[in-house]
Amino acid sequence: MFTTLSDRLSETFKALRGKGRLSEADIDATAREIRLALLEADVALPVVKDFIAAVKERARGEEVSQALNPAQQVVKIVNEELVGILGGETRRLTFAKTPPTVIMLAGLQGSGKTTLAAKLALWLKDQGKSPLLVAADLQRPNAVNQLQVNGERAGVTVFAPQPGNGVGDPVAVSREGVAEARRTLHDVVIIDTAGRLGIDEELMRQAADIRDAVTPDEILFVVDAMIGQDAVNTAQAFLDGVGYDGVVLTKLDGDARGGAALSIAKMTGKPVMFASAGEKLTDFDLFHPDRMASRILDM
Amino acid sequence: LSRDRLDEDTWEDIEDTLITADVGVGPTQELVEKLRTRLRVEGSSAADARTVLREELLALVDPSMDRELHLDGPEDGPAVVLVVGVNGAGKTTSVGKIARVLVADGKSVVMGAADTFRAAATEQLTTWGERVGVEVVSGPEGSDPASVAFESVRAGVERGADVVLVDTAGRLQNKAGLMDELGKVKRVIEKQMPVREVLLVLDATTGQNGMVQARVFREVVDVTGIVLTKLDGSAKGGIVVAVQRELGVPVKLVGLGEGADDLAPFDPEAFVDALLGESPVD
Ligand SMILES: Nc1nc2c(ncn2[C@@H]2O[C@H](COP(=O)(O)OP(=O)(O)OP(=O)(O)O)[C@@H](O)[C@H]2O)c(=O)[nH]1
Ligand SMILES: Nc1nc2c(ncn2[C@@H]2O[C@H](COP(=O)(O)OP(=O)(O)OP(=O)(O)O)[C@@H](O)[C@H]2O)c(=O)[nH]1
Ligand SMILES: [K+]
Ligand SMILES: [Mg+2]
Ligand SMILES: [Mg+2]
Repeated sequence: MFTTLSDRLSETFKALRGKGRLSEADIDATAREIRLALLEADVALPVVKDFIAAVKERARGEEVSQALNPAQQVVKIVNEELVGILGGETRRLTFAKTPPTVIMLAGLQGSGKTTLAAKLALWLKDQGKSPLLVAADLQRPNAVNQLQVNGERAGVTVFAPQPGNGVGDPVAVSREGVAEARRTLHDVVIIDTAGRLGIDEELMRQAADIRDAVTPDEILFVVDAMIGQDAVNTAQAFLDGVGYDGVVLTKLDGDARGGAALSIAKMTGKPVMFASAGEKLTDFDLFHPDRMASRILDM
Repeated sequence: LSRDRLDEDTWEDIEDTLITADVGVGPTQELVEKLRTRLRVEGSSAADARTVLREELLALVDPSMDRELHLDGPEDGPAVVLVVGVNGAGKTTSVGKIARVLVADGKSVVMGAADTFRAAATEQLTTWGERVGVEVVSGPEGSDPASVAFESVRAGVERGADVVLVDTAGRLQNKAGLMDELGKVKRVIEKQMPVREVLLVLDATTGQNGMVQARVFREVVDVTGIVLTKLDGSAKGGIVVAVQRELGVPVKLVGLGEGADDLAPFDPEAFVDALLGESPVD
């Protein structure tokens, strides 16, 4: 199994306890260990490179040379830098001044959007909101049924005027969904959309068309915590193609280290807002940057 | 750049290409070491570096591996194929696509909807059944997946089917209870018929966790092949390089889209070329 970064650095520093300022060779050795740990956690390479440069800079300074235990001090710096990128504080959802608040979900195939739609609806319902789920994935086989079943489990109304499986226009359904919410006094609309690839221009345009039809208050990019180096390409493609305000990380109940959280936060500057961690509708929480930092470092 | 020596930037670019394709740090370093040695010994020029890298990567992916789907069933019944993997990897879709290929080959197929857990999973497979013209055996939501799997194999035997494809619920490999359940699904099927192929579905976007997935699923159900899905995206699926090497489990099929025909045999050369892409040493 993995040795923790902390162990690795202690090993690297064994020879130099109490020696004071780190030599360039020590700093390089440290950087190599950090690089390895981050890459094993699936942090994207360009992000790793920037990150290492920042940590190296700090490692040359007083805070390390003065430290009794330079290894622990470097780990502390790494942790601080991680938490810094992952976002100091959790950002809350923005609600519309005039309801309904429109939330649109977007992401790769199978990332967990439909499940998240129902989780989010349940969570908002528990806070006294009255959400309406809109079935705008009319492409993936039985996505509409899946949302209906999940909506029923959450005790939330599902607007599903089209059967899907290739039948119906997702842009029209989204637009009608917002009108329906207004008419029936639902104060939040959550739009489930089909999974799409970052490089699929046609489907990306469809997502942009949905966006333009409903002008969402929040677009959430839903991403699987198991994703590897491609996270940055995909996150950027969705940012360019449809744009988003926040990120949701799913399947955090697995044992993937989830370096994508760092990559996406760093590359896009968009905050990770929610953590989805299980198949039950209650397996849902606000995102905690400090926990994620520890997870990425395997500490 | 001199003709017979690569500078450090070029070496770094080579490493970066491999790392960003999810090949992993260990295998990347090994490959680069091999490449360095060969270029030193053989005195190759920069122009040859890409060729040598391609050769070494291809050797790791191992074109000599047996990548056939073995669907020659026992005398008295169908060949059973069990499809497993983590949540959302593309199992149900792959089952539908495989059925399409088999039907086109003139085989008679039954599909078993042994994902009784996820919302509308049975309906999803049923839609695939209609799409490719194959009967689907299912049970009520929340029922025992092993018994649905057993019933689907029995239906296959009764109808004289050539192949029974069993779809299972997505499960993360660190969930001991769900992995036990999967082991049981397989054992229950085997009371009736041997399981000919166990296909692990791996999403090409998966990073280093893919190795852990492969290791654990192999321990539990003895995986015989991998289906690498979503290779039509920008991800390269480099994790299968380490998976194949460490576990000896071959990638047999690749998923290239959401349509019924978007399935292809794994082609080591095409995979390696896509992975290297516009690699720096051209
Ligand atoms: N273990 C676990 N499974 C999850 C989580 N979120 C979603 N899933 C599962 O992941 C699979 C895919 O989830 P969906 O909600 O269907 O994903 P999607 O993004 O809507 O998929 P498409 O509509 O096909 O693009 C399902 O099996 C879900 O039950 C999670 O946080 N943890
Ligand atoms: N682009 C692309 N999408 C795919 C491919 N294979 C599957 N998908 C899509 O990925 C999503 C998940 O596929 P499923 O077949 O439902 O995955 P699963 O493993 O059965 O999911 P669970 O049963 O929920 O664990 C769906 O939207 C599929 O259409 C592929 O090769 N390429
Ligand atoms: K690809
Ligand atoms: Mg969905
Ligand atoms: Mg499925």
